[in-house]
Amino acid sequence: MSKKELQELKRVTIRFAGDSGDGMQLTGGQFSDSTALAGYDLITLPDYPAEIRAPAGTLFGVSGFQIQFSSEPVHTPGDTPDVLVAMNPAALKVNLKHMKDNAILIINTDAFTKRNLELAKYESNPLEDGSLKGYQVFPVNITTLTREALKDSPLSVKDKDRCKNFFALGMTYWMFSREMDTTIEWIEEKFKNKPELAEANKKALNAGYSYALATEIFTTHFKVPRAKKKPGKYRNITGNEAIALGLITAAKKANKELFLGSYPITPASEILHELSKYRHYDVKTFQAEDEIGGIGSALGASYTGALGVTTTSGPGIALKSEFMGLAVMVELPLVIVDIQRGGPSTGLPTKTEQADLLQVMYGRNGEAPIPVIAAYSPADCFRAAFEACEVALKFNMPVVLLSDGYIANGAEPWRIPAVENIPEIKVEYVTKSDDYKPYERDPETLARYIALPGTPGLEHHIGGLEKDESGNVSYVPENHDKMVRIRAEKVERVGNYVKEPELMGKDSGELLVISWGSTYGTIYNALEEIWQEYDNVSWYHLRWVNPLPKALGKIIKNFKKVLVPEINLGQLVKIIRAEYLVDAKSFNRVRGLPLQTGEVVEAIKTTLKG
Amino acid sequence: MSDTLTKELKLTREDFTSDQEVRWCPGCGDYSILAQMKKVLPELGIPKENFVFVSGIGCSSRFPYYVDTYGIHGIHGRAPVIASGIKIANPDLKVFVITGDGDGLSIGGNHFIHLCRRNIDITVVMFNNRIYGLTKGQYSPTSERGKITKSSPYGTVENPFNPVEMALASGATFVAKTIDREPKHLAEMLRRAAEHKGTSFVEVYQNCPIFNDGAYSPVTDPKRKRENVVIMEHGKPYVFGQNNDKALNWSGNDFEIIDIEPEKPPKDLIVHDEHAGRPALEFMLVSMTFNPDLPTPIGVFRDIKEDTYEDLLIRQIDFVKEQKGEGDLEQLLNSGKTWVVE
Repeated sequence: MSKKELQELKRVTIRFAGDSGDGMQLTGGQFSDSTALAGYDLITLPDYPAEIRAPAGTLFGVSGFQIQFSSEPVHTPGDTPDVLVAMNPAALKVNLKHMKDNAILIINTDAFTKRNLELAKYESNPLEDGSLKGYQVFPVNITTLTREALKDSPLSVKDKDRCKNFFALGMTYWMFSREMDTTIEWIEEKFKNKPELAEANKKALNAGYSYALATEIFTTHFKVPRAKKKPGKYRNITGNEAIALGLITAAKKANKELFLGSYPITPASEILHELSKYRHYDVKTFQAEDEIGGIGSALGASYTGALGVTTTSGPGIALKSEFMGLAVMVELPLVIVDIQRGGPSTGLPTKTEQADLLQVMYGRNGEAPIPVIAAYSPADCFRAAFEACEVALKFNMPVVLLSDGYIANGAEPWRIPAVENIPEIKVEYVTKSDDYKPYERDPETLARYIALPGTPGLEHHIGGLEKDESGNVSYVPENHDKMVRIRAEKVERVGNYVKEPELMGKDSGELLVISWGSTYGTIYNALEEIWQEYDNVSWYHLRWVNPLPKALGKIIKNFKKVLVPEINLGQLVKIIRAEYLVDAKSFNRVRGLPLQTGEVVEAIKTTLKG
Repeated sequence: MSDTLTKELKLTREDFTSDQEVRWCPGCGDYSILAQMKKVLPELGIPKENFVFVSGIGCSSRFPYYVDTYGIHGIHGRAPVIASGIKIANPDLKVFVITGDGDGLSIGGNHFIHLCRRNIDITVVMFNNRIYGLTKGQYSPTSERGKITKSSPYGTVENPFNPVEMALASGATFVAKTIDREPKHLAEMLRRAAEHKGTSFVEVYQNCPIFNDGAYSPVTDPKRKRENVVIMEHGKPYVFGQNNDKALNWSGNDFEIIDIEPEKPPKDLIVHDEHAGRPALEFMLVSMTFNPDLPTPIGVFRDIKEDTYEDLLIRQIDFVKEQKGEGDLEQLLNSGKTWVVE
């Protein structure tokens, strides 16, 4: 130990990378869990290819998992990792350009065969040709060492080799002073019916740990002080899990059955999987024949008084558009969850993007406005899903909840709310009336009064044709004009009910940064950096993109410049420019990845100068 | 439902007549279907408020407005999915889908086959006029090959679907066909479909007097119809003809027509079995529809009992609750690995 240095760090970003069959997502997930349980704040970024098992050793088959953890609040999975665990040449090649200078590279040398180097398009072996100068390289023959550790195991060589990710995990546990208990428990539970696999994985994990401890190879191991988080009970949660829990919670608090009509699509399917487990929570999930069936069945369920929800990604929204228009017309509560991914068309199914905003705002025939709420982090997805349901039920209309691939799959610690502190959602129906009019409205919210099928004496019709207040089909020009305006006004009135975001920074100044959705973390970090140098920049992060906050118009007037960073070619910025007649500038990167702190800082500085 | 319940409810045709002015063309076959439906509904022993009519788009899809029950006039082809959501969320409701050949088999073909496959307890009535009426006369997926319409001035070059064949192949548990001009038979088919538990399907040959008049005249013309139609009845031989002097006989690989003496039909004639669930025979019967040498069969092709989707789902929910107990929100939110920050 004497030669080894115990280094204190404020924050660390580590990336695990290997073949898509190497178990990197699992390794990263285990590292995240034990990191969270050790008391750190963290955010993760799974980054995997669309192919389920891409050909081994290829560049496009590389699967990565990144996690940033710290004693301070963490808002992003980190721009440039400090540590890379590369299980093969392709993983090294794909990730090296993202690494911090002098980063630690733990490399599985056994995988650096001629064949694998060729597959990774290396002309010479980077371990030998000096191209890794400027990094701290730790070559470890992980495959050989794993086989050696498992020499007494009855497993085949192939199965033994599949334990090498646990060897790598063991090494990182030593590097970051982690306990192994959580992972050992997990292995025991996961392989409880396959004791030989459980045994082998535990051995590999221990062997990796002991190897790092006993050899002189690592000169440093790190200690990151524990985070000082708000007191409470925590768990790690991904955005998609949080949405599932938010939906169930809203249904329970509204005393309703939850009905999910959905069709499998990346990266939204986990919500369907998750909700399908909870039959005992009065959750009915219906895997429909297509996206249209998903939303149509959800709308049908809403019509009977259930909380109807449909979940999808951008291509699915395209298919659901006509039904979204019907939901606007029949004014029934419906929650449409869009986990955005790279587009257009099939695009980048497993990558992230914010390019569905205009689609969900305007992608329908006729005047069909729908409120849009955007979640800003994995844990925030819980609250955002709950709020989407609240508004849908209060105003009797469809609501779109936007998330994206990054926060859907990324995880962070979530402070679990006490059930009794979550508000009830009050829903009322007409049960008796001598003169029921299906489109008569609550004067405050403009929500129409609903009578559920099964209510004696209130039989009536709704549908896609324009109606008048009595529910009769009407082609009267003035009636259509009135109804179009009422449906728009109803969306505006959501603004009277939801909480508006707070302006971060001073009330007036040179530059206002406006953002929405999952860029929150990156922009938070960027602003922290900016505020050390400048005091004339403020930040407004939208939660409801439709309606826009009432305060925004006034806020904008107090700044000379406006900058809108987005992971698209400028969608919110179009809305801001149109709505407030302001010369807002945009900053855009559309790589299928989150924005990086550094580039947002640069963009802010450039805008200040410009 | 029991007679006593029907009596208690004391519903009549008038109870189901809505205040909406019916806007189908004069002479449209839809009027007949509406009239028979309003006759059947009060006889089902179901409280009026529990009926829901769901439709798509097209002439037939205006139907919900004309019955005084709950109803949704949806979007083109999508009635089956709205209806599925309704029935799964509230199995107490009696749900009808009213559709047409274009709505149900073209734009909504996918939903239709999946509804049949799932056996959700929904009654689908398909008004088949073999033409697009509301868009003013284009060919439909049931129009015969060579059909000349506005969108096929030189005749179509595609084969039609046979709706009954599709319903049978997709697994509907009740499948029947009837004709708008046969009010008694129509009423009987509607009633039996409505009483069936599971996905029931009734194809109604419906005349469009404006864009496809006479499409069904061989089977509706009083002078010819008895020669051209065989009415299938459970347990009875397939007898037809102007004087009930013909019957279908099974030759071993196909149906053939034999002459019989109406008073003394041969004892070994094949008889109709609605409950057999034998696809080979069902499909042989339906294939006669397009065979000019054989009569068109109407009546019930299939009536079998199978668990419905919603019953299986409820059973599954009960089972999970039995195994895991009623879900507790506190427990759900606090599941997985948790830790406490002091």
